Amino acid sequence: MSQHLITVTVENKPGVLARIASMFARRDFNIHSLAVGPTEDPKRSKVTMVVDGPEMEQIVKQLYKLIHTIKVTEYAPGEAVEREIMLVRVNADPKRRSEILDAANIFDAAAVDVGTNTIAFEVVGEPSRLSDFLEFMRTYGIVSLVKSGRIALAKDAKSQSRRQKQSA
Amino acid sequence: MYPENTMAEQLNGAAILIRSLEHENVETIFGVPGGAILKAYDELYSSPIRHILARHEQGGGHMASGYAHATGRVGVTFATSGPGATNLITPLADAYMDSIPVVAITAQVGSRSIGLDAFQETHTWGISMPVTKHNYLITDIDEIPSTIREAFHVASTGRPGPVLVDITKDALADSMVWHGPGEIDLPGYRPSVKGHPRQVNAAIKAIAQAKRPVLYAGGGIIRAGASGELQAFAEQHNLHVVTTLMARGAIPDSHPLTLGMSGMHGNYTATTAIQQSDLLVAIGARFDDRVTGNPEFFAPHATVIHVDVDPAEIGKIRKAEIPIVGDAKAVLGQLIAEGENLGVPSETPARAEWNATLEGWRRDFPLAYEQDPDGLIQQQYVIDEISKRTDESTIAVAGVGQHQMWASQFWAFEKPNTWINSGGLGTMGYAVPAAIGAQAGMPDTTVIAIDGDGCFQMTFQELITAAVENIPVKIAVLNNANLGMVRQWQRLFYDERFSATELSYTNPNIPMLAEAMGCAGFRAETPQDVVPTIEKGLAVTDRPVVMEFICDPDAMVFPMVVAGGNNDEVLMGPEDLQ
Repeated sequence: MSQHLITVTVENKPGVLARIASMFARRDFNIHSLAVGPTEDPKRSKVTMVVDGPEMEQIVKQLYKLIHTIKVTEYAPGEAVEREIMLVRVNADPKRRSEILDAANIFDAAAVDVGTNTIAFEVVGEPSRLSDFLEFMRTYGIVSLVKSGRIALAKDAKSQSRRQKQSA
Repeated sequence: MYPENTMAEQLNGAAILIRSLEHENVETIFGVPGGAILKAYDELYSSPIRHILARHEQGGGHMASGYAHATGRVGVTFATSGPGATNLITPLADAYMDSIPVVAITAQVGSRSIGLDAFQETHTWGISMPVTKHNYLITDIDEIPSTIREAFHVASTGRPGPVLVDITKDALADSMVWHGPGEIDLPGYRPSVKGHPRQVNAAIKAIAQAKRPVLYAGGGIIRAGASGELQAFAEQHNLHVVTTLMARGAIPDSHPLTLGMSGMHGNYTATTAIQQSDLLVAIGARFDDRVTGNPEFFAPHATVIHVDVDPAEIGKIRKAEIPIVGDAKAVLGQLIAEGENLGVPSETPARAEWNATLEGWRRDFPLAYEQDPDGLIQQQYVIDEISKRTDESTIAVAGVGQHQMWASQFWAFEKPNTWINSGGLGTMGYAVPAAIGAQAGMPDTTVIAIDGDGCFQMTFQELITAAVENIPVKIAVLNNANLGMVRQWQRLFYDERFSATELSYTNPNIPMLAEAMGCAGFRAETPQDVVPTIEKGLAVTDRPVVMEFICDPDAMVFPMVVAGGNNDEVLMGPEDLQ
């Protein structure tokens, strides 16, 4: 299913997240990932969502229908810097520990907790890096995993055009 | 009324609430008091605002909606915390579906008790969220003036709808200096009014090209007060107009371009005109499933121009080739001006043929009923006779079911805001309280509810309110001793297994019940009784009247398109189902 990345700028008012969640439930839309946080303006919050679906037009319109929604921005792939953070604990038999740490190094994953038979890593980066790391670690065995919602920041228009030139 | 900043006047939150409501020019509030809202009622006691004490909060909510329907103003309802608020959920959902401007004020337990399962505590804000256009929880007295201002603004602008304001007991009790009405601070709320000129231009060009155009007018016309513009626009382009259930009265039924209601129980001409149209001009309509049947088969040849103040309605059900976001009145004004600008082409042979086709269908497939003088009273006959005996400003109100469909079909609507019913939510029991609200708002107009016996038994106790408050509504109960529409479906689709649909002709004894509630009660048992009973009922003006008509339990509403069906398959009677 196609996934879309959107940022919803809302008034920083109590319950605004509940309004969004309630609307999604009510309209049978699907949220794949969600992150909410403050912005440069204390009166605004930003909700970054990855949503499933063919119904993007309705999702955007229904979001705008919420009185506290100020702006909805949909990002095409490459239009925004995207980040997620993941904490993952993998099986690490003492005999294989250095092998695992070497691999983690390649992914810029930081070991944040080392136990007798497990290691917990923190990985920050583009969603694809997180999933690559996870895929790699599956061979050792994932003990537990938590992931933040995705956050996104629009790329500067100049940096975007530079990139396009480079790729051209 | 209250000059701002003239003196430091210390008021409690309840007084500030009432003063804020007075600033919104609220004249009437429908409600029921209780513990948490007592303070507000104490202040209301010395306010010029009229309070009408409903017998149930649901009644108060529907009264506010009926008031708003009839007057075009914002209806206001009060309820206390907990059960008071939960009883308001149905009226809020009803008003939301039909885009009726209502402001509901509920009280909440003290802010320090929230979340502790206090007596009569419920999460009103959360419960009401999906059934309101917007809602608020006020825990601080400071927020009262601006919130009330915003609530009325949101309820009455853009696509109208209900707004709930929940106020904690302590916010009502605290004191502060009254600084005058609050200010609106809604940076994300900017409803469009005018349509995009390029789209307006494209619409006029499409109409000029069309061979079989139809104007599909919805309740948005009524809400926007755009009836005059609708008629002028239809006449300018010689466009026939289909009116949805919510738009009955948007253009006079006597107008030669009016086709009436389409859809599940629409007339053949209106439904078929849309099916065969090559251009559908939808204004303030939302392609409801009762109008479209299965959307896949709906108006298959039509290019769609869709005008709506709510962008989310455009493209929700049916793709619009020419979408226009804007207020129906403003956009119709633009369309008329653009038509004058570009000039309306003289009638093409194709258009003349289409108009002749419509006239032919109208002649061949009229809405009709037969009243056998020796048979049971036919519901359509009662509605027809009441309609004939009342003037065109009379407001007709209906509940939900067969009687509602017959009222829509057989009442002659000539003016906007003279038809009040629960269209979207389909709330049985709507008619009695909504009629009371309408009558309270329009004291010099005759208000008649056409009700069913099933609906009547859901909310009749509000007639006590009407009698006590001197609100002389008239209720015609079409008693078929059944939940008629459900019975009709059981007959047609459930092998005549009449499960749980049988009511009674004798219990309750409706005229006696009416008298017990302080109303006049009459009963008609034969077709010969019908007109005299109506005349007796219409003659009573000093108290509410209930006219009961003992009707045919087997009468069915036709034409009919089966639910989710194809609108090309209009059943003219039960024989067409086989």
